[in-house]
Amino acid sequence: MDLNFTPEEEAFRQEVRDFFAENLPDDIRDAVKNGGELTKEIMERYHAILNKKGWLATTWPEEFGGPGWGPVERHIFDEESCAAYAPRIVPFGLSMLGPVLQKFGSKEQQDYYLPRILNGDDWWCQGYSEPGAGSDLASLKTRAVRDGDEWVINGQKTWTTLGQHADWIFCLVRTDPDVKQQEGISFILVDMKTPGVEVRPIKLIEGGHEVNEVFFTDVRVPYKNLVGEENKGWTIAKYLLTHERTGIAGVGFSMLELEEVKALAKKITRNGKPLSEDPLFAARVAQAEIDLEAMKLTNLRMLFTAQKQGAPGPETSILKIKGTVINQELKDLRRRALGPSAAPFPGSLSGSNLDVAPEGHANNAARYFNNRKTSIFGGSNEIQRNILTKTMLGL
Amino acid sequence: MNFDLTDDRQMLQDSLRRYLADKYPVEHRNKVAYAEPFHDDAKWAELSELGTLFALAPEDAGGMGGAGFDISVVFEELGRVICPEPVLGALMASRLMTAAGADQEALLSGATKYAVGLGELDAPYDLDGIATVAKGGKLSGRKSLVYGGQAADVFLIAAKDGDALAVYEVQASDVSVTGYGLMDGAGAAEVVLEDAPGKLLLADAGAAIEDAVNAGIVALCSEAVGAMDVLHKMTVEYLGQRKQFGRPIGTFQVLQHRAVDMLTEIEQSRSIVIKAAAELGGPDASRYCSMAKNLIGRAGRLVAEEAIQMHGGIAMTWEYPGSHYAKRIIMIDAQLGDTDYHLSRVAAAA
Repeated sequence: MDLNFTPEEEAFRQEVRDFFAENLPDDIRDAVKNGGELTKEIMERYHAILNKKGWLATTWPEEFGGPGWGPVERHIFDEESCAAYAPRIVPFGLSMLGPVLQKFGSKEQQDYYLPRILNGDDWWCQGYSEPGAGSDLASLKTRAVRDGDEWVINGQKTWTTLGQHADWIFCLVRTDPDVKQQEGISFILVDMKTPGVEVRPIKLIEGGHEVNEVFFTDVRVPYKNLVGEENKGWTIAKYLLTHERTGIAGVGFSMLELEEVKALAKKITRNGKPLSEDPLFAARVAQAEIDLEAMKLTNLRMLFTAQKQGAPGPETSILKIKGTVINQELKDLRRRALGPSAAPFPGSLSGSNLDVAPEGHANNAARYFNNRKTSIFGGSNEIQRNILTKTMLGL
Repeated sequence: MNFDLTDDRQMLQDSLRRYLADKYPVEHRNKVAYAEPFHDDAKWAELSELGTLFALAPEDAGGMGGAGFDISVVFEELGRVICPEPVLGALMASRLMTAAGADQEALLSGATKYAVGLGELDAPYDLDGIATVAKGGKLSGRKSLVYGGQAADVFLIAAKDGDALAVYEVQASDVSVTGYGLMDGAGAAEVVLEDAPGKLLLADAGAAIEDAVNAGIVALCSEAVGAMDVLHKMTVEYLGQRKQFGRPIGTFQVLQHRAVDMLTEIEQSRSIVIKAAAELGGPDASRYCSMAKNLIGRAGRLVAEEAIQMHGGIAMTWEYPGSHYAKRIIMIDAQLGDTDYHLSRVAAAA
C-alpha cells in the first residue's frame, strides 16, 4: 500500500500545472469559472493550445499523434486541468471516435480522419440515441440500406451534443432488421453537409442549447464510410462506452465544486453569521466532502487496477454512479447556499449593478438543473447498476 | 501508487484468514460471544501465538508492525468472522504504552489482557467530558462500556489530573468490575474506581489518547469492512437461491439495484479506511479517521439494514449467521464516536 505518486508523476503534475498557468487564456478560464457559455470559438482555440503541446488527444497512443499516457498520467492531467479551470475537452472526436478508428478503422480512415481531428478541421458529434432508443440503445431504428457503393440513411438521432457545431456525425444505424437486435447494427460516418441531414435544436431545462435532434432523409454517403465490418457496430458501440472510463468519476470537477461551495458559504450571511458557521449546512458540506474523499481513493484504486490489468474493469460503473451523485449533491449545495439569490434567470441582471449573487455564482441554479443530466447520460445510473448486477454480483 | 499488500502483510492476512475460518466458525463464535466470559480464552491464546498482537505494535516497542495497514489487515480478518476476542483493547493499550515507552511484552504475547477506559456515561466519546479524577496516584470515577473490560487483567484509565488528562495503569483487582455481554456479542464492563491505586503511565496524555483512539477507529472501520463484505456476499448468495413467484428473487431488479448500492458503499468504505490507515500517526490522522468513522457508520447502517430486509424473515432469526453480522456492523457505530459525532468534527474543522 502506497498512496503517493512517484517523483516522476509528481514532476509531470508540476509540468501540467505550469503549462496551464502559462497557456490558458484568461477569458477561457473566466468562462469556465463563471459557468458562461463555452462557444465553438473558445473550444477550438483551447483545443489548438493543447494540440500545439501534443496534449490534446489524451487517450491516444504516440503512433497516432497522442501523448501515449497511461491511466495515471491522464488522471493527473484531468485533475490539473480542472484545478486550472480549463474546459473539459470536447470528447466526440478525441476520446470517442479517435480510439474507435484506431481499433476498428481502415488505414485509409485512420490516415484521413485522425489528423483532421487533432488539427480541429472536423468537429464531430455522436449519433447514438434515438427517441425510442435511450437506455435500450440496441433497439435503434435509423436505417441504412446499401445502394451500390452508397448507403442510404433514413431516421432520427437525438440528444446530439453540440451537433450544431459539427461537421461530421458518427452513427449507429440498423443495416439488418431481420436478425437479433445487436447483430444488425453498423457504425457509419456521415458528413453533416450531405443533403437530407437536418439539425434542430433542443432547448434544455435551464434554457441552454447544447443538444439537438438530427434528422436523416434519404441521406446518401459513400459505402467506405462504414467503420469496421457491416453489422458489427454493436461491438464498436460497447468498446466506445467502456474505453475511456478513468475520468468518469469527475473527481477533479467535484474537488473544484467543493472549494466553490466552501468559499461561497463564507460570503453568504445567514442569521448574522457566515453560512459556513451554520451547523446544518456545514454538516451537509462535510458529508459531501467525506464521500468525495472516499471517491478520490476509489478512483485511484480502480486506476491502479486498470494500469495493472491494461484495461478498466466493469467495477468502474461504481465511479459513474457515485461520482455523479456526489457532484450533483455539491451542485445542490451551491444552489441552496444562495437561497433566493439563485433564482434570477441567467443574465437577467447582468449590466444592472444590482446583481444578487456573488461573482461567479449567478448561474448556480442553471448549473444545478443542467447537471441532472450526468446521472442520465453515458449509460444512466440504473443501466450502470444493471451492468454491476451482471458483472460483479453474478445475478 | 500501489494498492497491493506487501508480502509480509499478505502472509499475515492469509494465515489469519486460514486460522479464523478453521477455528472460529460462526457456530463457535455465537457459543462463546454470548456467554461468560464473552470470548474464548483458548482461542485468545492461539491468536496470540500466531503473532496477531505483535502485528499491532512497532518494532521499537517490541512488535513487528504497528502501521495503519497492519492494523487494518488484522481487524478486517477479525471482522470477517465477527471475532469477539478483546483485540481492540490490546491495540489501544499498546498505542498508549508505546507513547509512554513502557514495556509491553506481556501485552503483545497475550499473557496479560488490557482494556482501555476512556468513555463515561455522560461523555461516551468526548475526551473533554472525562470526569474521572486522579489525585496523588488515586483514581475516582466510573468508566462506562469498557470494551473487553469483563476479561481484562489490567485497565488503562484516562483521568483528569489537575488540568491535564493523564493515563494510569490500574489492576483489575483494585477496582470494581461489573462485566456483561453485548447485544452484538463479546463483552464490556462498568468499571467503578474509588480511590483506586494507579501507576502513572502518561502525565500529559492528550495527544497519545487521540492517537490510540485513531488507531482504534482504523481497527473498528476495518472490522466493519470485513463484516460488511461477508454480509454482502451472504445476501447476494441468498438472492440467487431464494425462490418466490417461481424464480430466484435475485432476478428482481429492485433487489439487484439495492445489492449494487450496498457494494458501492462497501467500496467507498474500503477506500476511506485505506486513507485513514495511511494517515494514522501523521498530522491529519484525526481528520481522516473522523471521515472514515462517519462514512462507515452510514454505509454500515445501509448494508446491515438492507441485508436484513432483503433476506426477509430468516434474517430476523437468531439462527441465521447474517443476523449477527448485521448486529455487529450496526453496533460498531457506537464505539469511539458515532456517525454524527464524527460528522460534526469534520464540519467544525472545515
